[in-house]
Amino acid sequence: MSKIAAPIAPPKRFKKMLSAVAPTQSAESRAETLEIRPVRHSDLDAVIAIDTMVTGLEKRAYWNSLYRRYADAVATGQYFLVAVRGDETIGFAIGEVRDWEFGAPPCGWVFAIDVHPQARLAGAATQLLKAICDNFRQAGVSKVRTMLSRDNTLILSFFRSQGMMIGPFIPLEMDLQA
Amino acid sequence: MKLQQNTRLALYSLLEFAADPERQISAAEIAQKYAVSSHHLAKVLAELSRVGMVQSVRGVGGGYRFVGNARRLTLMDVISRFEEMLPTENTHQQLTPVGQALASVLSEIDEIAKASMSSITLETMLHIAERFHV
Repeated sequence: MSKIAAPIAPPKRFKKMLSAVAPTQSAESRAETLEIRPVRHSDLDAVIAIDTMVTGLEKRAYWNSLYRRYADAVATGQYFLVAVRGDETIGFAIGEVRDWEFGAPPCGWVFAIDVHPQARLAGAATQLLKAICDNFRQAGVSKVRTMLSRDNTLILSFFRSQGMMIGPFIPLEMDLQA
Repeated sequence: MKLQQNTRLALYSLLEFAADPERQISAAEIAQKYAVSSHHLAKVLAELSRVGMVQSVRGVGGGYRFVGNARRLTLMDVISRFEEMLPTENTHQQLTPVGQALASVLSEIDEIAKASMSSITLETMLHIAERFHV
């Protein structure tokens, strides 16, 4: 599992533009580094709190289940990472390598990623996605996919900004008749 | 989704400005690059200036420069300024079962197009454009 400890800094190319929109941060918080590491049980309350804040629905049983399945599951191509600044867990990402799903060759799927709203625009989600992708590469896959609601413009914009394009699959659904 | 020429010109211009926000670029330079009339482009730039996406700079070396936020301004923000986004009026044919079925399939395509346009910022577009540089 890769471990990233990177200073929080926007890409040099757009630094001037970003400086106009970045949230106000103290000199102390700017100096703190962001660490991306595998989830620990002590992170779970913060992860659940971030998800609850963003979705408006606490899903503790769901997150406990994810923790049991994805923590310490690197050997089976499953990754549950958190972003930590100082001693605060500010974000998370979960992904896994899926083999031949929908007939596709093995590829990485990111199915959860979020950052505390007050810690956004500082590169944490970018570092989380990079770490997940590094793990996928080490697992031998060369493609990463995700799927989300088309109404979720914020996260869609994030994945787009990372270079993701619409893939070859079309999601379909229907209501089941009683 | 087929975009009108004014919309495409607005996007081309904004991307030129946003690629180098410090630089003032003349309408003539953009018109030459995209092989369009300066007169036509001037109307588009006037609208972009009116809504605060670009700023007109007068004098020698004047032109326009980008004053928006490339990390937040999406393609849809620009498109909605230039395209009629109202739903089409229901004709007699569209109210038939077949007409409604066709409208529902076409709306699927529109929804996907809107989601794409709403999630791609000018900054993301500049990154995509870099892939096409030789």
